[in-house]
This record gives sequence, C-alpha cells and structure tokens, in this order.
Amino acid sequence: MNAKTLIPLVLFAVLAGFLAVGLGLDPREVPSPLVDKPAPAFKIAQLEPADAQFSPEDMKGKVWLFNVWASWCVACRQEHPVLMEFARAKVAPLIGLDYKDQRKDALGVLKRTGNPYDVIAFDADGRVGIDYGVYGVPESYVIDKAGVIRYKHIGPITMETMEKTIIPLIQKLQKS
Amino acid sequence: MIPELGQFAVILALCVSLVLGTLPLAGAHYGRREWILLARPAAQVLFLMLALAFAALSWSFYVNDFSVQYVANHSNAQLPTLFRFGAVWGGHEGSLLLWVLMLSGWTVAVAQFSRTLDDTMVARVLGVLGLITVGLLLFILFTSNPFDRLLPAAENGSDLNPLLQDPGLIFHPPMLYMGYVGFAVAFAFAIAALLSGRLDAAWARWSRPWTIAAWGFLTLGIALGSWWAYYELGWGGWWFWDPVENASFLPWLLGTALLHSLAVTEKRGSFKSWTVLLAIGAFSMSLLGTFLVRSGVLTSVHAFATDPRRGVFILVLLVVVVGSSLALFAWRAPKVALGGSFALMSRESLMLAGNVLLVVACASVLLGTLYPLLIDALNMGKISVGPPYFNAVFVPIMMPVLFLMAAVPLARWKQTSIKDLALRMWIPGVLALVAAGLVPSLMGTWTVLTGLGVALAVWIAVSGVIQIAQRLKSGLPPASFWGMHMGHMGIAVFVFGVTMVGGFQEEQDVRMEPGDTVTVGGYQFKMTGIRDVPGPNYSATQGVFEVTQNGGAVRMLYPEKRKYFSSTMPMTEAGIHSGFTRDVYVSLGEPLEGKAWAVRVYFKPFVGWIWGGCVFMALGGLLAMMDRRYRLKVKAGALDAALVKGAAA
Amino acid sequence: MKYLYALMLGLLLCGGVVGKEAAPLADDPKVEQRLIAISEELRCLVCQNESLAGSRADLAMDLRRELRTLIKQGKTDSEIREFMVSRYGDFVLYRPPVKPSTWLLWAGPFGLMVAGLVALFVYLRRRNTEVAAATGLTDEESKRAEALLQEGDK
Repeated sequence: MNAKTLIPLVLFAVLAGFLAVGLGLDPREVPSPLVDKPAPAFKIAQLEPADAQFSPEDMKGKVWLFNVWASWCVACRQEHPVLMEFARAKVAPLIGLDYKDQRKDALGVLKRTGNPYDVIAFDADGRVGIDYGVYGVPESYVIDKAGVIRYKHIGPITMETMEKTIIPLIQKLQKS
Repeated sequence: MIPELGQFAVILALCVSLVLGTLPLAGAHYGRREWILLARPAAQVLFLMLALAFAALSWSFYVNDFSVQYVANHSNAQLPTLFRFGAVWGGHEGSLLLWVLMLSGWTVAVAQFSRTLDDTMVARVLGVLGLITVGLLLFILFTSNPFDRLLPAAENGSDLNPLLQDPGLIFHPPMLYMGYVGFAVAFAFAIAALLSGRLDAAWARWSRPWTIAAWGFLTLGIALGSWWAYYELGWGGWWFWDPVENASFLPWLLGTALLHSLAVTEKRGSFKSWTVLLAIGAFSMSLLGTFLVRSGVLTSVHAFATDPRRGVFILVLLVVVVGSSLALFAWRAPKVALGGSFALMSRESLMLAGNVLLVVACASVLLGTLYPLLIDALNMGKISVGPPYFNAVFVPIMMPVLFLMAAVPLARWKQTSIKDLALRMWIPGVLALVAAGLVPSLMGTWTVLTGLGVALAVWIAVSGVIQIAQRLKSGLPPASFWGMHMGHMGIAVFVFGVTMVGGFQEEQDVRMEPGDTVTVGGYQFKMTGIRDVPGPNYSATQGVFEVTQNGGAVRMLYPEKRKYFSSTMPMTEAGIHSGFTRDVYVSLGEPLEGKAWAVRVYFKPFVGWIWGGCVFMALGGLLAMMDRRYRLKVKAGALDAALVKGAAA
Repeated sequence: MKYLYALMLGLLLCGGVVGKEAAPLADDPKVEQRLIAISEELRCLVCQNESLAGSRADLAMDLRRELRTLIKQGKTDSEIREFMVSRYGDFVLYRPPVKPSTWLLWAGPFGLMVAGLVALFVYLRRRNTEVAAATGLTDEESKRAEALLQEGDK
C-alpha cells in the first residue's frame, strides 16, 4: 500500500462525510438575508377598517412580531392557536400581513377562528411580501425597537419555537 | 395472494444472493471447487426469483389491485393499460425492484456468456455481483417494499403522475437502469481481478463488451430522458443540469473514460491500475446517483418522494461498496506490473490525456452538483449552482477532448510526432475552419461559440471519413473499427445539433385566436381552430395549427392543454413536426379572453441531431461489442503469452 | 343602405373573415427579452429546481412582474440581481456569485484540469525511465519489439 493509491479512498471518505451531514439538512430551507437589517418600509391599507393605513414606522420604539398569513394558507391554521395564545399572554404587539388574499375571505376566517392580531395590513398584490422575501406562507419576523429585523421564522410557528426561541428573544429585546 | 408470492420470491432471492455472494468467493480463495461451481446455478435461480417477483408486481398493476399500497399510490382504474405497466417503475419501490431485477439479469448473462472464462474468475465476478444484490435486496425488504398491503383497499388509486404517462418516459428508466447496473459488471470484473491479483490484458478483453453494452444503454437512457423533456415540458429545453440529470451523466463520463482505457489495457497492457480505478469509479457514480435521487439531500424536479431512513440506508450501502473496493484497490493495486513503455507523444499518452480530461469534467459536474450541500454542511449559507455555472465550466473542458477525438485514432501506438499528426490532419483542419466560417454565417450571425462548435463537429467527422477511406484500402476492417467511428461520428452529429439549436433557434410568445398567423424562422404558423377533446383520464383543449413555408407543404400541429382528473396542474402536450434539418414546435400557454390563447412558437434547427447523435453512439457501441474477437475461444493467459513471445523475438 | 353598412360593420367587428398577424404577448418585446435573459439565471423559490423564466407558480409570476417594472425603470442587470439577492439571498442566483465561499467552485474545475495535465506529464516522464529500468530492454530493442507487436495489431 502506498500513499498514492490511498488518495481515492481518502477523497471518498471526505465525500461520504459531507453526504452524511447532508442527510440532516433541508435543501429547501432558505435563510433570510434580511436578518439584522432594517425592516423594509411600506405604507398600505389595513384589512379593516379598509381606509386606515399601517406602516412599520408606527411600531418604532416597540418590539413586535410580524406574521405573514392568508385565508387560503392551510399551514396558517396550524399556527393559529399558537398566535392566539401569544396574543392572550400580551407578550408584544402582533401585527399581521394578509398576503394576496380577498378581504371577505380573510375576515371570514378571523371571525370563525378568532383574531389574535392587533393590526392587520392588507397586501393585495404581494408587493410587501416580496420586499420581505416571503416565498412560502406563513412566515414571521421579530422586529426590534429600532425597526431592525432580528429573527425570521419560515413555516408555522410551533408552541416549542414560540416558547424556546421567539418569546425569549422578544423579552431580551424589550429590556435593551 | 399474488403480492404475497411476490414478497416471498424477494425473500428467497435474498437467500440465494447471500449464497452467491459468499460461497463462490470463499471457494475461489480457498480453492474449494464445489463452492466455485455454485456460482452459475445460483445466478440463474436468483434471476428466476426476481423475475417472478417482478411479474407478481406487474400483475397487481394489470388487474388494478388497489390493496397493494404501491399500486394504489401510482395507478388508477382509468389509466390506460400500457401506462399501467410503466407505472410498475413509476415510483421508488417498484423502480428499485426493476433495478435489482436488471442486476440479476446482467449477472445471469455473465454466467451464461463466460463459458470460456476460467471458473475461478467467474466465481469471483458473480460473487461480487451477488454481494451487491444482497445490499439492494436488504434495502428493498427493510425500507422500500413494493408488496406492502393497504388495508382496507382503496376504491381507486391516486393515478400515475401525469408527467409519466408517456411512452417516451416508460422506456427512459429501464434504459438508464440497464446502464447504471451494467457498470456493476465492469466493477465486478475489476474487483475479481484485484482479489485474484491477476490484472492482465485478458481481464480487459473480458470486461470490454460488458462495459460497452452498459455504456450504450446509458447513452440511450440519457438521450430518451432529454428528448422526453423536450417534447413534454413545452419549453423546448433539452438539458437543465438538474441534480438528477447530472447524476446520470457522471457515470456516463467515467464510463466513456473507462471504455477507452480498457481498449488501451487490452491492446497494450498499460494503464491497468488506472482502468481498475475507473471501473470502480463508474459504478460508484451509479450508486452515488441512486443516493442523490432518493435521499432528499438535493432539490430536483426528478426526485422521488424521500424518507430519511432510505437516505441513511443507501449511504451505508454506498460507503460499504465503494469504501471496501477503494480499500482493496489501495492494498492490491501497487502489486500490478507495469505495462509497456510509450513516449510522451503517442496514442497512449493522448488517450490518457483524454481520459484525464473526462475525469476532470466528471469531477467538475460533481463539484457543482454537490457544492450547495457542501456550503450548507459547513454552515456557510445557502447557494444555488445552476446551468450558467455548468455551461461555463463544462464546455471549455470538453473542447480539448473533442479535438483529441479526431486526432487520437491517427496517432501511432508508442510513439508519434506532432509533425506526423499534422500531415495526416491538415484536410480535416482546413475543412473545419472553412465550415466554421461558412455555416454560422449562412444561418444568420457568426459567433465564436457557434464557429467553434461547427469546427469541432466537422473536424471529427471529416477525420473519421478519411480514416475509414484509408483503412478500406487494406480490406474490410473489423466491427470494432466501425463501432469506434460510428461512436465518434455520433459525437460530431451531437455537437453539431447542440451548436445549431443553441445558436440559431427562434421563438415567439404571441397572443393568438383562430385565424391569426405568426412567422417564425421562415415558417408561417396559422391557428385555424381550438376545440375540446376528451381523453381516457383527462380532458383537453386542443389547438389546430397549419404550418407552411413559402406557401409550400402544409403540416398540421395539434398542441394540447390537458387537465388530468387526478391532478391540479395542467399538462402541456406540444405540437411538434420533426424534420431532418429542423423542428417546428407549438405550445399552448394560458387561455386569454374570448377565444384567444397565449401561444409559444419555436423554430429549432437541427435539434433532432442531438438525439440522433446519441443513437449513433449507442449503435457504435453495439457494433464494437459484436466484434468477433470477443467471441473467439481464446483461453485467458494465451493472449499474454502471445505478447511475451512477440516481444522476445 | 343603412342596413348594409350595419351588416358590413358587424362582419368586420366579428374579425373572423381575414385573420391578422398575431401580436406579441408582451407589451414591449425588448423588455421581455431582457426579462427572459435575467430570469433564466434566477431560481424559482417555490419550485423544485426551475428557473424564474419558465415557472408558472404564483410567486414566479409576481416576481416577473416586479422585474418587468424594474427593467422599465431602467435598472441595470446587476441592480436587478441585487434586488433579488437582498430579499432572498444568494440562493436565488443560478450563477453562483464569486466570493471566498465559492472560490473553490469557480477555480476548482480549471485548477483540476491544469493539475491533472501537469500530473500526467510528470507521470509519463517518470514512467519511461521506470519501465526502461524494469524491462532491461534498450530503446533500440524496445522499438523492435514494438514493431513486431504493431504487426500483430492489424
């Protein structure tokens, strides 16, 4: 056995190592480049009342949770109870972004299942969603007092994530 | 009842493959003749068992037995019978059963056609194939059983994915698997040679026809997939550098290198270690491809539904097979004797250079395919590596290979000079340059890439014709000579097709209603109507188009937009007329207001040459395989004796 | 007479008598061409490996609409790419950017090619001296053996 003939085996071992690690990763999960950057500005109509407006400027000085959802989104139903709990506990303001939806469908869902949101912005054509890098609803952002995005969660928020990650982060940001 | 019989057959097959994978190898090692002689019959029984299992699964599909989970997932009572058969390999479990059936098919073929080969060698080869079969059968039985029952049985199945309901796609997986699995034979020969310590020209001569056959099937399998994507997806594209496509291309690149390396080892006794390594590499790429497609580590349109357990199992299989064979290589390879000497400038060294470039190309495609995984594993973020990267990297590496392809057959063994080559190659050179200037200009605009593409295609083609003409002067050459030239000609045809369609295709996205015309690529496309047509398991809207050129012959095209009952995504069936020098292609987009539709119209010059070239290559392989030399009853070792005798004289 | 005119007008409005040259789907073909070129190199995030150019997904159509607006505003290609990357990260680019984390990716293939050919050259040089030593044949004898073998080759 000499060094040269061992090279293929060594290279293969390295490859196999990466493949093994790869099995534990999800190739479809995309991290957001918006974390630690200012939340993109916008000013759009609210879901209700339709003549009122919302802008992230309104939330300056407060730590808040920004949740993108829609009436047609099945996964949003999964996280709905968690959001209701969050609202009941009055941890921080919960602002919703109703993404590419119909007003009456959205209002209907909220009436049936409850409304955890303090304010809901209505993103009819999805432009705000694009600015926030939304590609799969639901998605949620923790935004601090200065208006900087500190955390993005893709997919429905589980109770575990809420308790272990989101709420502690919000509390930490509120103290600073 | 039948599914249970099928299940039982698979279990029996596992037992037989365990016997095949152990006793003959032990027998070869310890010299136990009875164990060595077990190999051939074991291979036959193994094949029989798996054929029965496959037949049982096929029967379940034929009679619409929705109490079998796999059938319920991939078939439907309205599914036409032909597609019911194709649905057998439409999903993960069934396709694996096909994989292992083919492996046993190749195994029994080796058992059958190796009567003149030494029994101990055969025992080793079949033994290795048996071991691989054990691994696959364990995988099937523990994680991917096609015979699992669904109780209570479903009323009706979920239907085969509409994309797969197409004759072209029915043949694509079997052809591909024949290729992937076929490289296991070359692998087994290589391992057997390493185990026995006998790596000689005879081994190369035995491996060659099997390798050529596998390579030919893989070429056809890849071509079928590409052609299917072209006419089915409605966008006219034929290669997307998708991870699963790359997974099939990697063994092809190493397989091509292996083909040529085996030729040199057989004729000159050189490159033995390198050839063995390539044989291990080609099959390793097949296994790696299987892993990539079924484990979920990469995103792809082709990927099967994944399950992390399966990924782990295949990875373990991959590590065991490839790891142990590379370890064996590291241990045994240095003991192999060196072949003859050859000059820095000789046919051997030029072929070796081509080999190195093919391996570099393979490594590059592998790097690009796995890089996102690499970056993610190292926590350095998420990136995508797509067609722009692969095109930028692959094409420049292949150009020298194409250049060499024409020159190498003219180079002399052992020593040749540049002057010598230049003298023989000036005609192809000049013609290539002339064509490079002329053809693109005639088609429209001249660019560096189109010029280069045409030049290389003509260079290879003309060089081939000249060599054939010269060779014919001294009598009729053997089949392998024709095979090589047909194969190389196939590449020239392929390169020409790619260059022409890439450089000069035209398309238009228009709004059409009945009565409208649009002109693309010199052809007039007139939409004469739009109508509804029902299908067995879908409903479709069909456009009727008249295509003419300068008022000449009228072709009718019928593109469709289909809504399958089992799926929400509409499917496009393009309307294509294929000609020798061009395709005209119409695809329906979305319906607009009234009777108007968004329509995409294409003119694709020489696109058929892409797959025609692949067919040529495969035919070339077939010819090369049929050479009489492989059927001569020459005992192993006699060839070496002849070489030694000649050298001593 | 009035009725005749009305009839003719009606027929013309039906538009079915003489078909017209089909109009391009896009408002501005030049903008569309640029859009296709740019979006072919961008990834559709909600698809299983498709480009933004070809995908029929909702998000893809929205994004193409955005890009069309940006093109009409006169943004350059790199500004448009920046727009996408700042929202979705490098993942959205099919042509990986050249940065330290991708040096291996971009330099690898050519580096390998050069290294491979150099290694081949060195190997061939060394091999000839080794073989001559091993076989004990002189160059002259090797050539003779070679000639004999070549005859057998045909």
